[in-house]
Amino acid sequence: MPATLQLHKVKLATAWLDGCSGCHMSVLDLDEVLLTLAPRIQMVYGPLVDAQEYPDAVDVALVEGAVSNQDDLSLIYKIRAHSTLVVALGDCAVTSNVPSLRNSIPVSRLLERVYLHNTEGSRQIPTDSVPKLARNAVPLHEVIKVDVYIPGCPPPPAVIASVLTQVLDGSRVELPIIAKFG
Amino acid sequence: MTQKIVIPHVSRIEGHAQITIDLDDAGRVADARLHVTQLRGFEKFTEGRPYYEMPAITARICGICPVSHLLASVKACDMIMAVQIPETAHKLRELIHYAQFVQSHALSFFHLSAPDLVLGMDFDPAQRNLFGLAEKHPELAKDGIALRRFGQHAIELMAGQRIHPAWTVPGGVNKPLSAESRDAIRTGLPEAFAIARRALGNCKVLCENFPEEIKSFSNLPTLYAGLSNEREELRIYDGKIRFRRPDGSLAATVENAKDYANYMGEAALSDSYLKAPFFKPLGYPEGIYRVGPLARLNAAKCCGTPEADSELLEYRQFFGAMPQSAFLYHYARLIEIIWSLENMQRLLDDPQILNTSVRAHAGVNCDEGVGIIEAPRGILIHHYKVDENGAITWANLIVATGHNNLAMNYGVKQVASHFIRNGKVSEGVLNRVCAVIRAYDPCLSCSTHADGRPAVRIDVRNADGSILETLSTSNDK
Repeated sequence: MPATLQLHKVKLATAWLDGCSGCHMSVLDLDEVLLTLAPRIQMVYGPLVDAQEYPDAVDVALVEGAVSNQDDLSLIYKIRAHSTLVVALGDCAVTSNVPSLRNSIPVSRLLERVYLHNTEGSRQIPTDSVPKLARNAVPLHEVIKVDVYIPGCPPPPAVIASVLTQVLDGSRVELPIIAKFG
Repeated sequence: MTQKIVIPHVSRIEGHAQITIDLDDAGRVADARLHVTQLRGFEKFTEGRPYYEMPAITARICGICPVSHLLASVKACDMIMAVQIPETAHKLRELIHYAQFVQSHALSFFHLSAPDLVLGMDFDPAQRNLFGLAEKHPELAKDGIALRRFGQHAIELMAGQRIHPAWTVPGGVNKPLSAESRDAIRTGLPEAFAIARRALGNCKVLCENFPEEIKSFSNLPTLYAGLSNEREELRIYDGKIRFRRPDGSLAATVENAKDYANYMGEAALSDSYLKAPFFKPLGYPEGIYRVGPLARLNAAKCCGTPEADSELLEYRQFFGAMPQSAFLYHYARLIEIIWSLENMQRLLDDPQILNTSVRAHAGVNCDEGVGIIEAPRGILIHHYKVDENGAITWANLIVATGHNNLAMNYGVKQVASHFIRNGKVSEGVLNRVCAVIRAYDPCLSCSTHADGRPAVRIDVRNADGSILETLSTSNDK
């Protein structure tokens, strides 16, 4: 198809904050459907592509993971500022889920336990070139306005496919009945 | 004038990491470091939880290999219950383990690294990904998606869902395999074999295109650690950890799971949330060792299945008895896919796989449990201590990729030193520095990356350390 006849490709960005990448794997679990959607999408940022800087104008951002440290915070603000639609993908982004299990523990105690109690040969708490942990791991909507929530740990591929197709078609997004937490 | 080059995020790996490269006055690499930038604290926040929650909680360490954590966790729980699980449960756990190896290794080769290997290290960064691959080499992309789907679908048929399933439990698995599911998985095997063989064939040819990378990707002799059985054949569910030296001699065999701590220590680093395990008899940091496909095939004498062993023989004929370049992880990974498929065939053809006795029941009979398996990326250890009620009092997790921390750091410095001369750095060179990390197929448990800073930021400093100017490039397309 000549370039002039190509339809506008939706600029899609993905990101994983404090999560496990399972929601991204669930996106990949669309299997061959990914290849059918691919011509309508331009993946401009995310763990699966090599862009180092968040682009200026993103149509849809799929974000998994809770906001847990300074880097997460900077990135989610950037994502919100430069994306038309922000989708909280998965329970960590929607409710902060497993990452928030650390919230009852002071950060200093967590760091001591991991780096001073269970180590030998070299005992120190990393501070150089690593982001500081926030007091709590929180869901996306505690920090930014979220447009669409997809619950699940991870959300089933069929739910993700349904939402993606609605977004690509430009429809108002409605979650299919099979969507659930956990 | 010295320079500091920052790669804010290493793409196409699991988890997030940053790389910094320091150049000296002559524009040569003085140092290069890998910084893992995430910590969630599973070892601490699981204190107080009932031991039987650990599989489900620790599965959420990783969405690519949750089955690994599930298996290591339930093995530790088995020990706390002091049970021997039924024979069929053992076989079923092995079956899901092999399926996971297939899907995870397929992801690494096709979705994450093939863009570099097939499109090229210097390819346009905006296209150097799965989607660019789908456009330029659609058959390859289809192969990768299909092979990963085979493994994921097998997991789904056995366990009910692909990611974070609840099927593997302390004492066994919570339901038997039906004949329909067994047949459905088995029908997919021929195509899976065909794809794996094609990929292996491609990989052998591709290796000829990357002589400089083979030379510089963590090309150093280290100890190699992996699980094997009493015949020193490759194992991923049972077996003992063996440490083998580059000359082929055994440095150590860990006879009992609980003894791992005598051989593996963990050092904390100043500039990474990832700790650095080391081989204790040699101390830190001399005790550098590696895990994962390359290391496993070095630590074991052979695979123990006909086709994989035939491939292993050819691999060793080309690259030596103990290949050491991390680039060859890609080749080793594909041999492991063949090996996994052969084992899946064997188990699926075994009528006993359909037996309905699949779970042993018991309470807390022991206050400590250690579960050790091979995750796709390396040795995985779950170590729990519980009180008389089964509540976790202490947990230690050594997660696969972690063992490779020292070797990965060595790799980034070696690659950077090899390709950066007179301070000249191209995007392709920086991609190669990332590619050595990708060869390890790390599972950094979802570190996040830095914020949207420039793709490359170079601080040009005067001899006294003050910044003369800052150059930055943007990767906007």
